[in-house]
Amino acid sequence: MTQSYRIETGGLINRNKKISFKFNGVTYFGYEGDTLASALLANGVHLVGRSFKYHRPRGFFGAGVDEPYAVVQLYRNGETEPNIKATEQELFEGLKASSVNCWPSVNFDIGAINNFLKIFLPAGFYYKTFMWPKSFWYKIYEPFIRKAAGLGVASTKHDKERYEHKYEYCDILIAGSGPSGLASAYSAAKNGAKVILAEDKPRYGGSLLTSDVNIGNQSGKDWADAIISELKEMPNVTVKNRSQVFGYYDHNMLVMSEKVSDHLPKTKKYHPNKRLWYIRAKEVLISSGSIERPIVFGNNDTPGVMLSSAAKEYLKVYGVLVGRKPLVFTNNDSGYETAIEFKKHGVEPIVLDSRSNPQSEIIDEAKNLGINIKNSHVVVAAQGYKKVKSADVATISEDKKTLGKIENIICDCICVSGFWTPTIHLASQSGNKTKFNEEIDAFVPGVSKQNETTLGAANGVFTLEETLKTSFEKGEELSKKITEKDNEISIPNVVEKKYSKHDKFWCVPLPKGKSYKRFLDFQNDVAVSDVEIALREGYRSIEHVKRYTTLGMATDQGKTSNLNGLQLVSEIENKVVPSVGHTTFRPPYTPISIGAIVGREVGKHSKPTRKSPIHNWHEEHNAVFVDAGVWLRPRYYKRGNETLFEASKREAKNVRMNVGVCDVTTLGKIDVKGPDAAEFLNRVYTNAWLKLPVGKARYGVMLREDGIVMDDGTTTRISENHYHMTTTTAQAANVLSHLEYYLQLVWPELNVNVVSTTEQWAGAAIAGPKSRDLLQKLFPKTDVSNEGLPFMGYVEGDLFGVKARIFRISFSGELAYEVNVESDNGRFMWEKIIELGEEFQIQPYGTEALSTLRIEMGHVAGSELDGRTIPYDNALEGLLSKKKDFIGKRSLQRAAFVAEDRQRIVGVVPLDKKTSIPEGSHLVKDANAPLPNKKLGHISASCWSVEHDNPFSLAILKDGKKMIGEKLFVMSPLKNKVIPVEIVSSHYVDPKGERVRS
Amino acid sequence: MLHIKCPHCGMRSQNEFSYGGDATVKRPELNKEVTDQEWDNFVYNRVSPRGKHFELWQHLSGCRQWIKVERDTATHEIFKTYKANEEIA
Repeated sequence: MTQSYRIETGGLINRNKKISFKFNGVTYFGYEGDTLASALLANGVHLVGRSFKYHRPRGFFGAGVDEPYAVVQLYRNGETEPNIKATEQELFEGLKASSVNCWPSVNFDIGAINNFLKIFLPAGFYYKTFMWPKSFWYKIYEPFIRKAAGLGVASTKHDKERYEHKYEYCDILIAGSGPSGLASAYSAAKNGAKVILAEDKPRYGGSLLTSDVNIGNQSGKDWADAIISELKEMPNVTVKNRSQVFGYYDHNMLVMSEKVSDHLPKTKKYHPNKRLWYIRAKEVLISSGSIERPIVFGNNDTPGVMLSSAAKEYLKVYGVLVGRKPLVFTNNDSGYETAIEFKKHGVEPIVLDSRSNPQSEIIDEAKNLGINIKNSHVVVAAQGYKKVKSADVATISEDKKTLGKIENIICDCICVSGFWTPTIHLASQSGNKTKFNEEIDAFVPGVSKQNETTLGAANGVFTLEETLKTSFEKGEELSKKITEKDNEISIPNVVEKKYSKHDKFWCVPLPKGKSYKRFLDFQNDVAVSDVEIALREGYRSIEHVKRYTTLGMATDQGKTSNLNGLQLVSEIENKVVPSVGHTTFRPPYTPISIGAIVGREVGKHSKPTRKSPIHNWHEEHNAVFVDAGVWLRPRYYKRGNETLFEASKREAKNVRMNVGVCDVTTLGKIDVKGPDAAEFLNRVYTNAWLKLPVGKARYGVMLREDGIVMDDGTTTRISENHYHMTTTTAQAANVLSHLEYYLQLVWPELNVNVVSTTEQWAGAAIAGPKSRDLLQKLFPKTDVSNEGLPFMGYVEGDLFGVKARIFRISFSGELAYEVNVESDNGRFMWEKIIELGEEFQIQPYGTEALSTLRIEMGHVAGSELDGRTIPYDNALEGLLSKKKDFIGKRSLQRAAFVAEDRQRIVGVVPLDKKTSIPEGSHLVKDANAPLPNKKLGHISASCWSVEHDNPFSLAILKDGKKMIGEKLFVMSPLKNKVIPVEIVSSHYVDPKGERVRS
Repeated sequence: MLHIKCPHCGMRSQNEFSYGGDATVKRPELNKEVTDQEWDNFVYNRVSPRGKHFELWQHLSGCRQWIKVERDTATHEIFKTYKANEEIA
């Protein structure tokens, strides 16, 4: 295919680099610097998709972020991405894209039948029609709507691209590199302020790229290029293109999405696809410019109808003619700029101006060039289905109510200009109270809430001279306050054409007997008639009208439709636009990839992974790991073809028979130091701590103020004013914050310091009847006899030259010790234990065996201390001191907490001694009772008791104390199980606790 | 994201902090008899004002100090921050 609509010379594209690409399977060529839109237009392709509701043919309407139509599916690097605006997607070699919302093809779309049914598809159609019968929704309505609607398909594959987040601080963030952005950036940078200048397009300069102006004796574009080059050289300035500032959040935090690789065929190795910048700026200058607004007329959605500014941009930036017989339909002077550009390139445009006798410099220029200008003329309707073929035009009366005789003009595109709408999104997001400017029929920023200032066209200033002056001044003023430097900058001379006043006219009346669809919202197929229906049906608030009709929704968020929608509502309601108000602008300004928002926090990066210093040994010895909070812990050590069940049974049994070793490094450890440490622990824990001697450990339970158990663990008095507290792995961070809260805010008079030492110590639990023999081998010089190191005792020892802490504490219920060494010596300790333990048949055991051992002992852990249980529920009431006060004590007097039939921990054994009991199952009295069957309690933890060789579970059961010996049923609808069980004591093994003291 | 001035470290982003509730709540003294109502007010009952609110934040990923923040719950404006031992005015 040839680029038959590309002019011979001109534009900012690189004609030396031809690029091939595919659209809907057809190969085309474009140039480096093209967008997909400009390249397709260069090839005369105007049909790019089908509309959302009626499946009407869709072409190109804009040339940038405001584009409502040309949303395509992109294929790149083996991936597919929906919702890509062809007007923003830069061309690269091998690009593939296809149309969306059409089947079987964009040329023949079956859904277009909706176009003929449109009389039946008015506003609110879905709400009204698909309501009943209710049962139809899932099977019939929803699948049908899902198939028919939507713009593109999401990939179901894992996204291989990499996305990064970056945090940045600056003095002044400037959004938009048009004339005001450049001017303010320049003066701020000259004063030494740290400036970030962000441009969403690949090229800097904004309107200067397409306008015919002079600044300081150079063309606008040359001036822009010079400023940008100078800014790029300055160390205090960051200039970013392809970067959209899309969200303005609290405390001057803005978020910007930088497209790093979207314009390349493939993301470079180790480069991100997109980078999300979180920018905290002292001041924000919004120079986001303005978007041309359309004039509403019949069939104004036909491919070939587009914004006049877009037609000019395609011509001046890309060297592409959007048509050879253009009609320019305008209510202001901007349309003439487009007409003049056409004329300069040998194309004869016809200008229809709704004004009766406009006079200005630019109109004179157009006249002098011999352009055919028809005043008091409007386009009544576009004709043509997949492309504009002609236009029905007519004269219009001064009051804009009456049309003259309709005449048909042959044309291949209609360039519309209905004046300009400032892009106030960022200002509005910041909390700025916007105000309506009658002069330009649009909202502009009003009173700022945060440190933001809107400049130039975004502020409703449409002359270059004033824009530059105010922007230079504002940049200087703000930077001077921050840097206290002041470099005077002389504001350059500006040569621009003066505009005459625009016509407050936005919608062409329907001629008698015609019922053309006149679209307001082009992406959602919302026509004038739809809004009229919504208002007739009683919708008044503009927010309701928006949701009922979908006006201004979807990926373009009504950038070209909102204001005309407001005009219509205000006209029908006979109100002025400001009292109708606009809908809320919310971030993001334009769609942002979910991947960019997620950043690198995906998969295993979604949380940190913590590994013990013994991790590699576990890996080398076939450990199968499990996530324990953020830690990776060995679940079991696999031998041969063992299953989890077999391995954990073997490991647990070996602890009961011989000796086992478990990596307990992950336990939370907190150093509590200071003269008041004992008093502090006495308040934090429920039991008494004032008399714990040095060299002794004690088990403690801490509560929240509401009486619920927060955590448990042992704390050891290392020396007079030094305690070593342990917490459960999961609660370590919360417990530290909890302690800090009381020390800093509640009892600041206590002289105590706390600090986490979890990472400082590697820990090994050595458990089993042979553990003392092993310990003696490890510490030959230390007296580890029952007298020398009794239960809950603590000594320091020398492990072959390594300083070690030895605690005689037990989680497994066996004779057991815990040895701690400094983390770096963790593996040394572990290997010594394994080496010397060989003669005692030592085996390492993982968390599964650890659980088995503690469950059959009736020791509580996280599954019982689940944030819903009090000490009594866990049979821990013996640890509640009656003599002293402690955190949460007062709550334990609550009626529910002292109720006679309070829930309590029990043991559960299946009657058949075979069926394992799923955790989380409910306990019920009668398995056949009608639903909802009353729940008496739940299974908190299950294991296969190695001591009894049958399943055993712990449960929290209502009135558990009295239920011992009762027969109940365990029900698990999830696993479809009903198991008859007997309730037994939670201490299934060694109920008197003799082993730990042996 | 809020920008909170930690009285110890200076301006820091919200993601370094964790929220800790109403700063005006006073824990009843230890060993003191309190009525059910007084205890309930301490543990559970909170006002949820629209506007000025004194609240606790902990600079978790910073100096780990608990601080008091005077913030407008509607506009998110932060008027003043205090150290843990400073009385709020």
